[in-house]
Amino acid sequence: MIVADRKPIEEIIEEVKNHEKILILGCNECVTVCEAGGKKEVGVLASALRMYFLNQGREVKVDEKTLERQCDHEYLEEIRDVMDQYDAVVSLACGVGVQFMAEKYHECPIYPGVDTCFLGATEKRGLWTERCQACGQCILARTGGICPVSRCAKRILNGPCGGSAKGKCEINKEIDCAWELLKALDKLDDYEKIDSIKDWSTDRAGGPRKVVREDVQE
Amino acid sequence: MKAKTPSKLEKILAAGHLAVTSECGPPRGSDMEVITEKANLIKDYVDAINITDNQTSVTRMSSLAACIQLKLMGLEPVLQMVTRDRNRIALQSDILGAASFDIHNVLCLSGDHQSFGDCPTGQNVHDIDSMQLIQTVRMMRDQGKFLGGDDIKRPPKMFVGAAANPFADPFEIRVPRLAKKIAAGVEFIQTQCIYNMEKFELWLKMAGDRGLLEKVYILAGVTPFKSAGMAKYMKNRVPGIEVPDELVKRMADTPKEKQPEEGVKICIEQIQHLKEVEGVRGFHVMAIEWEEMVPEIVEKSGLYPRPSVE
Repeated sequence: MIVADRKPIEEIIEEVKNHEKILILGCNECVTVCEAGGKKEVGVLASALRMYFLNQGREVKVDEKTLERQCDHEYLEEIRDVMDQYDAVVSLACGVGVQFMAEKYHECPIYPGVDTCFLGATEKRGLWTERCQACGQCILARTGGICPVSRCAKRILNGPCGGSAKGKCEINKEIDCAWELLKALDKLDDYEKIDSIKDWSTDRAGGPRKVVREDVQE
Repeated sequence: MKAKTPSKLEKILAAGHLAVTSECGPPRGSDMEVITEKANLIKDYVDAINITDNQTSVTRMSSLAACIQLKLMGLEPVLQMVTRDRNRIALQSDILGAASFDIHNVLCLSGDHQSFGDCPTGQNVHDIDSMQLIQTVRMMRDQGKFLGGDDIKRPPKMFVGAAANPFADPFEIRVPRLAKKIAAGVEFIQTQCIYNMEKFELWLKMAGDRGLLEKVYILAGVTPFKSAGMAKYMKNRVPGIEVPDELVKRMADTPKEKQPEEGVKICIEQIQHLKEVEGVRGFHVMAIEWEEMVPEIVEKSGLYPRPSVE
């Protein structure tokens, strides 16, 4: 899933402080699972903003709503009827949702309420870790199911580098060295095969990407 | 092994001499005299001088510029190149730039992570890794081709090196990793600083058992301790360096004013020991910000005068 983290409240206040009718818009997908932008976080942020405006002696309308998704036209359409009631939206969806909202309702300023971080997994409640950088050309079949692109700080395809110590990455003792994880999995049989230079054109390097499936298009 | 390039370092190794290399870190400014002074201190005592490439990710004068300066002084530079800061276009371009000045040695590295340096908020590139950089230089040299497949007019003639750290984890991957670098096309290796002789010799023996030592020249890396504090720091704080307790104790038991002398003495003993170890084809003396000690270390280790090759 897409993992996001809550933005500091001060940063959000700075964006919305001059508005008078604000909608806090959550998303019921990834950001709900990672507890950054679901219904619960919408409530917490709305309360904090109401408190702030009350302290400022200002009457500002702060409403709450959480959509099933913000990355699909059909769900975003659900708020078309009420959008004219607001002069600002704080979207707690990932960067995809914020942009999709902004494209659809460009007459209203849409502010991001979370920082979108990475594609990751829930290790346990309160701990999410990165697993994928969406490079567009999966190599996991030949790397023992562990991705050096997302899990090595230097995305080295022929690792480990000299900074690997006691199973950990030199940049942070809490980060496992991806290449040592491979060893733990006994996936070193193919270690001496040199992984060739990667085609990064399917990665960010190739510019904004698209997946086109004409067979399923209507 | 027969020399395949005009590299003086390669010729010395191919002739069966123990080679000696050292290194200079470029300044954090544009004063080239820093490099010429360091180089003049050591030039008669080494066969080639590595110029580091923004080591520990701290921004410095470019390795290529400093290598050109050494070349203009009639010296033999080893161009260190890290894959952290440049993509495949820039790396190939700089290799050609170096080749245009007849710089004949390159050391292919991935580079320390930028979080250790003065630009921790910067991006890193890592378009290719050190293994693939070795392949790239060999392709440019041997096939006369760019990575994109086009022909290179006047291809580079570079003796291709890389680093190896017998002490990084996991140990069992260290010899396979050397084998992999050799398969990629590496011709000489400069190792991480060696203090744990036993482990280094075990690594060499395991490499020898696989027949790797006939395929690559190993230059043993040595670094003299300047103080007991440095020995402790290297032991406890530098990832991938192993300092045995007895060496730390020996430095700590030496009165402070005698510690630099003791550090140099230990370094000389290490070289003299390693000279007799099978598979050691030379030394890479890394006297960190202490270049003035290199002549004494080389001389007292019985490695002076340096051989001349045509």
